[in-house]
Amino acid sequence: MLRLRALAFERPTSVQDLTERLTQQGDAARLLAGGTDLMPNLKLGTVQAATLLSLSALPSLSGIRRVEAAPLGSHDAATPQQALELGAATTLDVIANHPLVQRELPALAAAVARIASPQIRNRATLAGNLCVDTRCRYINQSELFRVALGGCLKSHGSECHVVPGGQNCVAALSCDTAPVLIALDAVLALTGGADGDRTLPLADFYNTDGLSHTNLRRGEVIVAVRVPVQRPDVLVTYRKWARRHSIDFPLVSVALRLETETHGETTRLTGGQLVVGALGPRPRIVQLKAFVGRDLDATLATALGALAVKRCRPLPNLPYDETYRRRRLGVETQRAVMALIVMGPAALPARHGA
Amino acid sequence: MSAAPPYTHVGGDHAKLDAADRLTGVAAFADDLTLPRMLHAKILRSPHAHARIVTIDVSRAEALPGVLATVLGAEMPATYGVIPWTPDEQALATDKVRYVGDALAAVAAVDEETATAALALIDVVYEVLPALCDPRAAMANQDVLIHEQNRHGNVSKRVKLAFGDVDEALASGVHRISGHYEYPGSTHAALEPHCALAHVESNGLLTIWSATQVPHYLHRELSRVLGLPTWKVRVIQPPVGGAFGGKSEPFDLEFVVAKLAQKTGRPVKCLYTREEVFLAHRGRHPFSMDYELALDAEGHILAVDGHTVLDGGAYSSFGLVTTYYSGQLLCSPYTFGTYRFQSTRVYTNKPACGPKRGHGSVQPRFAIEVQLDKGAALLGIDPIALRRRNLLGADSRTVNGFHVGSNGFAECLDQVELHSGWRTRRGKLPYGRGLGVAGSTYISGTNYCIYPTDLPQAAVQICLDRSGRVRLFTGASDIGQGSNTTLAVIAAEHLGVELEDVRVVAADTDLCPVDLGAYSSRQTLMAGNACVMAASKLAKEVRKAVAEAWGCSAKLVTLASRRAQRIDDPATFMSIQDAFQLAEVAIGTLGSVGHYQTPREGVHSDYRGGTIGASPAYSFSAHVAEVEVDTDTGDVTVLRVWAAHDCGRALSPVLVEGQIEGSVYMGVAEAVMEHHYVMPTGLNGDGNPRNSGPGVAGLLAASSLLDYPIPTTLDTPEIHAIIVEAPDPRGPFGAKEAGEGPLHPAIPAVANAVFDAIGIRIDALPITPEKVLAALDAQAAAAADRHGGRAHA
Repeated sequence: MLRLRALAFERPTSVQDLTERLTQQGDAARLLAGGTDLMPNLKLGTVQAATLLSLSALPSLSGIRRVEAAPLGSHDAATPQQALELGAATTLDVIANHPLVQRELPALAAAVARIASPQIRNRATLAGNLCVDTRCRYINQSELFRVALGGCLKSHGSECHVVPGGQNCVAALSCDTAPVLIALDAVLALTGGADGDRTLPLADFYNTDGLSHTNLRRGEVIVAVRVPVQRPDVLVTYRKWARRHSIDFPLVSVALRLETETHGETTRLTGGQLVVGALGPRPRIVQLKAFVGRDLDATLATALGALAVKRCRPLPNLPYDETYRRRRLGVETQRAVMALIVMGPAALPARHGA
Repeated sequence: MSAAPPYTHVGGDHAKLDAADRLTGVAAFADDLTLPRMLHAKILRSPHAHARIVTIDVSRAEALPGVLATVLGAEMPATYGVIPWTPDEQALATDKVRYVGDALAAVAAVDEETATAALALIDVVYEVLPALCDPRAAMANQDVLIHEQNRHGNVSKRVKLAFGDVDEALASGVHRISGHYEYPGSTHAALEPHCALAHVESNGLLTIWSATQVPHYLHRELSRVLGLPTWKVRVIQPPVGGAFGGKSEPFDLEFVVAKLAQKTGRPVKCLYTREEVFLAHRGRHPFSMDYELALDAEGHILAVDGHTVLDGGAYSSFGLVTTYYSGQLLCSPYTFGTYRFQSTRVYTNKPACGPKRGHGSVQPRFAIEVQLDKGAALLGIDPIALRRRNLLGADSRTVNGFHVGSNGFAECLDQVELHSGWRTRRGKLPYGRGLGVAGSTYISGTNYCIYPTDLPQAAVQICLDRSGRVRLFTGASDIGQGSNTTLAVIAAEHLGVELEDVRVVAADTDLCPVDLGAYSSRQTLMAGNACVMAASKLAKEVRKAVAEAWGCSAKLVTLASRRAQRIDDPATFMSIQDAFQLAEVAIGTLGSVGHYQTPREGVHSDYRGGTIGASPAYSFSAHVAEVEVDTDTGDVTVLRVWAAHDCGRALSPVLVEGQIEGSVYMGVAEAVMEHHYVMPTGLNGDGNPRNSGPGVAGLLAASSLLDYPIPTTLDTPEIHAIIVEAPDPRGPFGAKEAGEGPLHPAIPAVANAVFDAIGIRIDALPITPEKVLAALDAQAAAAADRHGGRAHA
């Protein structure tokens, strides 16, 4: 079977110790939390590392708590809001099943429950998922395949097989949490970089370089993810499509945020966004400003489905026909709208009362 | 169902003998075995689909600390092949590599890491040749030859057989259905990767532990390639973690560990990576099929005419048999008025195809059952009714000359019709939901061994000892299907002991009599019959000794539940232990042998090829599948499958149900999901050839269980396994096979259900969402054209 190459294993006992080691070693060191993405990549040789920095002695990185915070999100930045703070190393299983998350951020709980499999969710962590390496049908392969292929931008080569002539790696963001957390206005708490502690909206966390798609600085780690508890009239959901109902990475991934106001019987859109994953290295955020004032109805669902298809073009980077994925994105977006209409703002107070 | 005689064990509920060991992790699979001073081997594989090997230099690898030896093809150049007429493989390639992944050198080192590092130090100079990945292009190409010594260019095997005047029958048909069908190729995906461990004793005796399902054939080929007499080679099959046909011939690793153990004098183990399992493959062939079907006005089958191209991959494997099976195994459970098939297997620069559960007939069965469904639609009759009109029946002869004994197919149809609510539900379900039916048959072992011989196909040796224990030695290969348990059931039934009293020693060529192994669904019938012979001989001796002690006729003594008992006087009994001891006193140490040889008279006709596909007994299956189609996304969800299977007699019903469920699972996966896809030329996602020069063709798109999709629990339909028993006089207690037959109908039943749901035929597998949407688009466009045409008219 595939063997792990020999590497050093270190177990820092404080976050400062961790970031110092990371600053010193740079890309030669990798953080080891659940290891569910890192270990296969190390074995396949798509990721190289000299040292693994284990987070297992840093319990402060795990846990979920309610905080008062004025998040840096784009919505209602001035109003103090309740938020949940999720420790970076909190496992996905804990998040999916946590009563606070299920009550306050049901879209997140549902999205996390769709990641991989129960066994993987037992190990995998939130920040680990946010930092899942980009994926591509030409990279996430054996060494024999990559050698036979002649390499690519991300694997000892100079040629992109997805975009002929392309100089920029377009491997796909393949995590399920980023789209829904961006739609929820999540903010990252970071530490260890040159500027010390800082916060960064998750929407600004990713860039378009598939080789290094996060904006983490040298030595920097995610400490926690703060997610504002949404007003009852803000509706968020996430939809994922993969070939199977378990295990798979997303082939189509879309989160939807609808900000609404209700007068009498009618509910209208006041804002919102589509956040689409599984395209290139960065999620695509499509604002819904043009639809402000529209009724929440099937017509809007159709229109947003068409919008998603128009504004997003899946690439032949993931192992499924990209033409189909584009069409499917439209259907999933439309269904996301319909699901939120069914759920409706009226349902939210009842849930709060529970 | 026929009334079962009062058996103690046959038909009872049993846990598999090794269930607890497997559940608790005690079972020692090949990779769990370690020996003192053991080395690890790794195999160098070609990155080119087709290339000449100019030079190989292992000196840098041998210089790496920790490396003990290397081996090259020239050290064991003999060609071999599981079918003796087509020996076209070498343990390690000497002159040419023929697919990405072909083996050409190996290293033994102190650990896997060192061996892997050493592979990178082997310097190979290749002369890259054009790669042929499309079977029709390969067939037409006379310049690029994958096997230069082959007499028919790149054609690996061609079979053409006709029964009756097909052209006339086709012309006379009232209804004629033509169809083109594609099966894309799939692999076994057994959980346990191939693994072999070799040990050479100081006297030169070679022992190999291997995750194989054919210890006997492996034994023969090891002896041949290594140049050792068979008595110097011992093959032991440890518990196997699934095989499904993927371990039914020798593989490079078995020769490699043997040779490296000889060279180093130390034990050597090799465990495939998952990628190597995908590359070793021998999976189900891609088939491209054209079928003609002619029906008379009432729906009787007048003619079936099939033309098939089989994409064989780089080597022959079982391909000669596959090519015959692709036509020969289809002439039942329906009566064909006339029949013709032409099948052509072609070499391509891809991983070699071979036998997978339902070898040879799963793909054409899909085509034929969909053809029948189309015929029923054309006639406007119920698809089950159409099938009933064409029943072959019991004690009958197929158009290609096979004798069919027991036949429970009609009852299989009855059962799935009843349990699925077919009569009240089919055609009445809402749009998007549908029911489909299909039937099939399969062999209970092949009538003839792979190599010409008059020796028996199976043998069992049984010893009884004074403690009341039964020791059963068999060459049969338990690969998880439960053959050890089945044999224990038979022995316990005859000898009056409990299952736990039977110690089965299996699949060790030094200790056990020869059995040909676990392929073509032969173990229950063949090893089972051998077991009946051995056990009944001993039971007779025991009953005779007890009868003498009691002064009665042996006919009045029965052995059951650890007792010998008088039938006419149940109060008279003794323990089985005492009974065995009486017999031992009477005739000495208690042992017996039994064997099984297939019938030679009346089972088949004697035309050339007429023996291939003949079996002592045939199983039958019928399935009804219920699907839901999402017409926005194209998703096909298989909700339920009712699977009725005639296994003759269920010696162990839970095991039979397990085989039915596993078969349905695998068939549904092939219907909607699986595709062992080799990138043909260019690598652009848009399908345009690019970099299509030599060297980049022939890459396996998915070589992990993440990217090669097999259904998870959540993707698996509700399966209703229904056992039908039509006992066959040629089977032990009437038993026939259950391991492969129940896979066949699953695929066409799903395809036919999709048609019932949305009125669309997807004739190219797998039935994926994008194909469904494309077909729905085409259907809508055609409807729009019709309406548009009317508007203008």
